[in-house]
Amino acid sequence: MAFRASSTIEFSGISKRFGGVVAVNDLTFTVEPGVVTGFLGPNGAGKTTTLRMLLGLVRPTSGSATFGGSAYHELAQPLSTVGTALEASSFHPGRSGRNHLRVYAAAAGIDDGRVANVLETVGLSEFADRKVGGYSMGMRQRLGLAFALLGDPGVLVLDEPSNGLDPEGIRWMRGFLRSLAEDGRTVLISSHVLSEVQQSVDRVVIIRRGSSVFQGSLDALETGSHVNVDAVDRAALARILLAAGAAVHDVEGMLRVTGVGVEQVGELALSAGIPLRHLAAEHVGLEEVFLDLVGDADSSGDSA
Amino acid sequence: MIRAIRSEYRKLTSTSGWWILLLILVGYVGFTAALLAGLFGALGEQLAGTQGAPQVDSASLPPIIYSTATAIGYVFPLILGVLVVTSEFRHQTLTPTFLATPRRSRVLAAKLVVLFGAGAVYGVAGVLGSVGLGAPILALTGNEAAIDSGETWLLLARIVLTMAIWTVVGAGIGALIPNQIAAIVVVLAFTQFVEPILRFAASIWEWTADVGKFLPGAASDALVGASFYTTLSPAAATATLEWWQGGLVLIGIATTSAAAGAMTSWRKDVT
Repeated sequence: MAFRASSTIEFSGISKRFGGVVAVNDLTFTVEPGVVTGFLGPNGAGKTTTLRMLLGLVRPTSGSATFGGSAYHELAQPLSTVGTALEASSFHPGRSGRNHLRVYAAAAGIDDGRVANVLETVGLSEFADRKVGGYSMGMRQRLGLAFALLGDPGVLVLDEPSNGLDPEGIRWMRGFLRSLAEDGRTVLISSHVLSEVQQSVDRVVIIRRGSSVFQGSLDALETGSHVNVDAVDRAALARILLAAGAAVHDVEGMLRVTGVGVEQVGELALSAGIPLRHLAAEHVGLEEVFLDLVGDADSSGDSA
Repeated sequence: MIRAIRSEYRKLTSTSGWWILLLILVGYVGFTAALLAGLFGALGEQLAGTQGAPQVDSASLPPIIYSTATAIGYVFPLILGVLVVTSEFRHQTLTPTFLATPRRSRVLAAKLVVLFGAGAVYGVAGVLGSVGLGAPILALTGNEAAIDSGETWLLLARIVLTMAIWTVVGAGIGALIPNQIAAIVVVLAFTQFVEPILRFAASIWEWTADVGKFLPGAASDALVGASFYTTLSPAAATATLEWWQGGLVLIGIATTSAAAGAMTSWRKDVT
């Protein structure tokens, strides 16, 4: 591939306040070339605002975001350095897909021949001369991606790229993102559903209410298993488990125990003479860990 | 800057709005010019004998007829300018626009350049409508069409310039009022209702006429040098600016509104 050098994206202490509302709060993370980084969080967590600050569309209240040390507006060839697909609605409905791309190719000094190439890449050639107003959500998503690829950039920033795609499209997108990263490009994709990007990302940054709650590999996110246990005398059971160094949460009418294995829980209960009425090991899926991180965890209080 | 201009040119010509407005302009101006030419051409002598009727001699007819291109047509380039700028907000195309050209002032400047050119095209089209239908009817009714006069050609050139400036005024208003519907309502209400009333009211006394001549429509008519509004005004006191003064007032309105828009909505966060 002939793309220009990929660069590292760096967010440093970036914050945004809209009036009295803190949308993004002191985010710091880096996005490395050669891997796909997932930027995750529920809707309204501040993902889009963060990306828009990175791209110079929204002015940060404090902090900065750069590509290899340069702010977006300082890039000499922005579209050939960073490709962006923010949302599937930034089109004039009366303009054809091809003309949409030609408008921005002209602005960025990109050869018109490239327009046909990217339309081909995203599978829109057949519909290129139809007005965007008649496009389906999936076609708009593909046109957005074509815009991102226009300058053959070394960095790609894609906001919810799988939104509106059919299952086949999602599979295609997955493979496509992987191939972009394998080329050595820097790929940052946001999503509010972990399972949607689980198979295409290597690293994740998870935010909740504008603040980072996890950064690292997917493997590090997977915390394994916990034990669900219950007894008639729940308080006594909790006491002996805490004494053995386990973490105990009172969840949905039983105890959720981490830090000790299922056999150890059984032995502890037996030696203390506490009859159990439920004991089971439970594997925690990624999605559950994700939801735990981003959800309002206040509902499950510590039990003692 | 060249790239941004090329991009804006492609934006304008790749949707149908510009030529639809252009066709309506030509039709509307042509119809009005034909109607006025027929009316005054045929009734000129009768009007001359009627007390209280507007007095129009044959020699002053061509400028009145030809200047319908601006007198009633100026609202079309004005609306084009408003539409081009506000549609970027309405369809959220400011996002890809500012991604491709992060220097926002450059985008606005490129828009003004392209719109100025488009406004000149509207001017030529308006002239084709007013002269194309007005001149033959004047000739048919036995009046001077004055097509070979240098004066007429100067008038037509000033019409083209005036229409070009009006698109820039529209762009400025669009940047000041990014809500497309609100901007169109304000423009139509002002040009079709508020200003005509103000101009009429201002012409009642001499001191108000001195203020009224600075109204945008009045300045536009002054720049062109003719308008059936001023000619047919029933009031005695109709002060007008010199043509170049009218031009300066109009350019002042255009640059002030564009600069104010550039410093407000154009600089805001694009969310």
